Amino acid sequence: MSQTAEAPVTAAPPPKKGKPALSEGKKAERRLGLLLCAPAAVVMIAVTGWPIIYSVWLSLQRYDLRFPDQREFVGFSNYVAVLSDGYWWTAFGVTALITVISVVIELVLGMLLALAMHRTLVGRGLVRTVSLIPYGIVTVVAAFSWFYAWNADTGYLADLFGADAPLTDRVASLAIIILAEVWKTTPFMALLLMAGLALVPDDLLKAASMDGATAWQRFTKVMLPVMKPAILVALLFRTLDAFRIFDNIFVLTKGANDTSSVSMQTYNNLIKGLNLGIGSTMSVLIFIAVAIIAFIFVKLFGASAPGNDPGGKR
Amino acid sequence: MAEIVLDKLTKRYPDGALAVSEVDIQIADGEFIILVGPSGCGKSTMLNMIAGLEDISSGELRIDGKRVNEKAPKDRDIAMVFQSYALYPHMSVRENMAFPLRLAKVDDKIVRQKVDEAAKILDLTHHLDRKPANLSGGQRQRVAMGRAIVRSPKAFLMDEPLSNLDAKLRVQMRTSVSKLQKQLATTTVYVTHDQTEAMTLGDRVVVLRGGKVQQIGSPQFLYDNPANLFVAGFIGSPSMNFLPGTLENGQLSTGLGEVALSDRIRQLAEKADAPREVIAGIRPEHFEDARVLDERTLGGGSTFTATVDVLESMGSDKYAYFTVEGEAATSAELEELAADAGSADVPASGSQLVTRLSAASGAKEGSEVDVWFDADKIQLFDPSNGKNLTYTE
Amino acid sequence: MTQVTPTFIPQDAGKAKSRKETARKARWTVVDVVIVAYALIPVLWTLSLSFKTAEAQTDKSFFPSEWTFQNYKDIFTTNEFIRALINSIGIAIIATVIAVVLGTMAAYAIARLDFPGKQLLVGVSLLIAMFPQVSLVSPLFEMERQLGLFDTWPGLILPYITFALPLAIYTLSAFFREIPWELEKAAKMDGATPAQAFRRVIAPLAAPGVFTTAILVFIFCWNDFLFAISLTSTEASRTVPAALSFFTGASQFEAPTGTISAAAVVITIPIIIFVLFFQRRIVAGLTSGAVKG
Repeated sequence: MSQTAEAPVTAAPPPKKGKPALSEGKKAERRLGLLLCAPAAVVMIAVTGWPIIYSVWLSLQRYDLRFPDQREFVGFSNYVAVLSDGYWWTAFGVTALITVISVVIELVLGMLLALAMHRTLVGRGLVRTVSLIPYGIVTVVAAFSWFYAWNADTGYLADLFGADAPLTDRVASLAIIILAEVWKTTPFMALLLMAGLALVPDDLLKAASMDGATAWQRFTKVMLPVMKPAILVALLFRTLDAFRIFDNIFVLTKGANDTSSVSMQTYNNLIKGLNLGIGSTMSVLIFIAVAIIAFIFVKLFGASAPGNDPGGKR
Repeated sequence: MAEIVLDKLTKRYPDGALAVSEVDIQIADGEFIILVGPSGCGKSTMLNMIAGLEDISSGELRIDGKRVNEKAPKDRDIAMVFQSYALYPHMSVRENMAFPLRLAKVDDKIVRQKVDEAAKILDLTHHLDRKPANLSGGQRQRVAMGRAIVRSPKAFLMDEPLSNLDAKLRVQMRTSVSKLQKQLATTTVYVTHDQTEAMTLGDRVVVLRGGKVQQIGSPQFLYDNPANLFVAGFIGSPSMNFLPGTLENGQLSTGLGEVALSDRIRQLAEKADAPREVIAGIRPEHFEDARVLDERTLGGGSTFTATVDVLESMGSDKYAYFTVEGEAATSAELEELAADAGSADVPASGSQLVTRLSAASGAKEGSEVDVWFDADKIQLFDPSNGKNLTYTE
Repeated sequence: MTQVTPTFIPQDAGKAKSRKETARKARWTVVDVVIVAYALIPVLWTLSLSFKTAEAQTDKSFFPSEWTFQNYKDIFTTNEFIRALINSIGIAIIATVIAVVLGTMAAYAIARLDFPGKQLLVGVSLLIAMFPQVSLVSPLFEMERQLGLFDTWPGLILPYITFALPLAIYTLSAFFREIPWELEKAAKMDGATPAQAFRRVIAPLAAPGVFTTAILVFIFCWNDFLFAISLTSTEASRTVPAALSFFTGASQFEAPTGTISAAAVVITIPIIIFVLFFQRRIVAGLTSGAVKG
């Protein structure tokens, strides 16, 4: 029996509207998939989706828990109030400043640490173990440690810069806050970068060496470009995290001397001031700011959001 | 008793592309049939459809006369050996092989017995308690086969099981697979892209291209009577040489000069209503150094003189490469063959001719040689559709 | 016949090489020491403070001149800390268990099954990971008040699960993706139903990944501060991080430095244990997703 080859048959008339009938196997797979995801999806959406909508609704009201009877719908006047308030913009500026500075430092230090962890000849396990401690330690615990270190009364570091209590001076305390942030998250950054480092093929570096590249050139022209996706992902997450800074500021200065971040301000208004209207307004504004940052990263810098591939199949 | 019948089997992907197109194959019980073709030809898809791992878009699949399109893999009583072996890393060899039986809730004693039997056949008895990570490639491959054997299924499906082995091991395993299949007499469907495996292992070979069956037949038959350009160029290593030629009054003129076709071929060409422009195909084996032949043989063919570009001396044969002036033969089939062989990007002027000369030949690189070829072994193809004009059943 | 010429190996060559090795090792050791110091200084400082007497708290020296266990005794005799510790442990464990179970199911589906809305789910969980938690404090505060969940264990467990799920799903799906797809095909061919395939083949291979994810999630819950201080008000559900900021000293006039430090040390111990024993797993878990991304 033999057949001759023919030109490829053009596809049969397109299937009827709607999907072609799936086999039992496929249908069962879809059912299973949806079933397995349902609980997680329900929890996530219920606990975030609904509250966000509720939050937006609350932000449109003047609602102070100390005066529950005066609750009324006021449209966007809360937004106007917040956006024209000096305190808000100061906090915003402080947050932006802390974010930018700490992320830059973390990137540089993190890269150094990653290189060290990757290449050290001595005590590799020890170095990696030890650098997980800042990651694992409770933030407020670390914050308290720094607090007592810089505190005018108790601290061993307090006298380092002469002058009076560093924690009561605006610039000094901002520096300390940044120090605390950087200390805690640099190792995590280093871990992410180290994973990116591991992707750089050794052969590439050897080839660059043969082509006459110095160590610095190998770093900038070979390692960095290959690591770019990992770096961007690390940057994206760290920037978002940094923007949400709260724990360290709360413990170190409680936001005194204009060192509040936007999260701090929201907390103050909401939990301490019990002003749900203003608190919610700030929440929504922060949410929008974070969304913009993420958007910038993904669109402009091309950070590939992890999990975008449809899963390891076939 | 496991006859497998593919009746107009088709696989269509959601975007409309046809992976497998109206394939008709009847596999007899106990037969060792090979599905071979370049990557993307649909052979693995077909195997998966027989296994039940992929849905069948249309057509019918029958095992033992019963339609099984909708049956789940586990209900078809077929075993599969994967290219990557897919051994369960957390189970020992014994547990791996026992797994299908335990799932079927077979009695413990019988499980032991069957596993030991299979291990003996495959020479795995000393490795039963080791984990796959501690086995060599060849051993892992045998465990994969063992897992398939213990079930005594109706048929074996093998998806390129030898491609992950190194060359020498592959040759060894080929013979053991063949022996095993004969010993167990189970219907086996074997997928490979290596035409050597296809030629050596199968009772029959199915050549696939673009989801369609090109030809089905025994290895020797496919070699002697390829149905079209594709099969001609795919089967046989080194592959057939193709030259553009002109047919006139029983004479074929190609870049090698004029040759009078043998009567047999002339008649076949006339019956097939051959066009003037053809593609001539001659296998390397049908060339010889004119100097080592006697007068009578020389008369049955034609001789040309050319300079040897490259000479590969294998000890038992010599392969001489020549360049033939003029354009190379072109057709869709030849392009696909070249793409599959990876030679599509290599620039060449004119056609390259591969010839196999006897070890006694005195040919040397750069020197001129008188080369003879057998006029009765020429195949003629229609360039427009690739059909073999000189095909005989 | 080839001739063998005796080669002359200079005596110093070997020594020079090992001298270079030692120099490099020494340089790296210095780097390592710096890193270790960097990581441990705040921890050691807190440790030191916790062992200082009340008077010595203000002496600004790194090492205590006198060592005392008084601070530890204090925190364990008052109800405040013990209760907070119980809250922390209970809430973290429950949240971890639930998040890991839900996360495993979802991650398996995402990594290996095909179903409508998969991309959406991944996108949503990514969104939540980037979410400013403070934005949720307002509505959750109000909602929990009205639902009677304020200042209760579920009141904290729910937000923790929600924010831990993206982390869990992300890490777990990376682990699931590492399991070769063909193993499931093989199991199918061997006659396993999807449930059997999961139980006997996938689950054992995923176990290490699940374990690692549990550790990461636990650390996350253990660490939370914002929700803890916003959604609790009494020791009924206040966890340690929140309780720490409301600590009082032994008497009204004393700063609670010592007790806070002692409490801080106590809640750092589980973390140190995890990190010490499971460093490799934690690093693998944290970086697995990043590598694929």
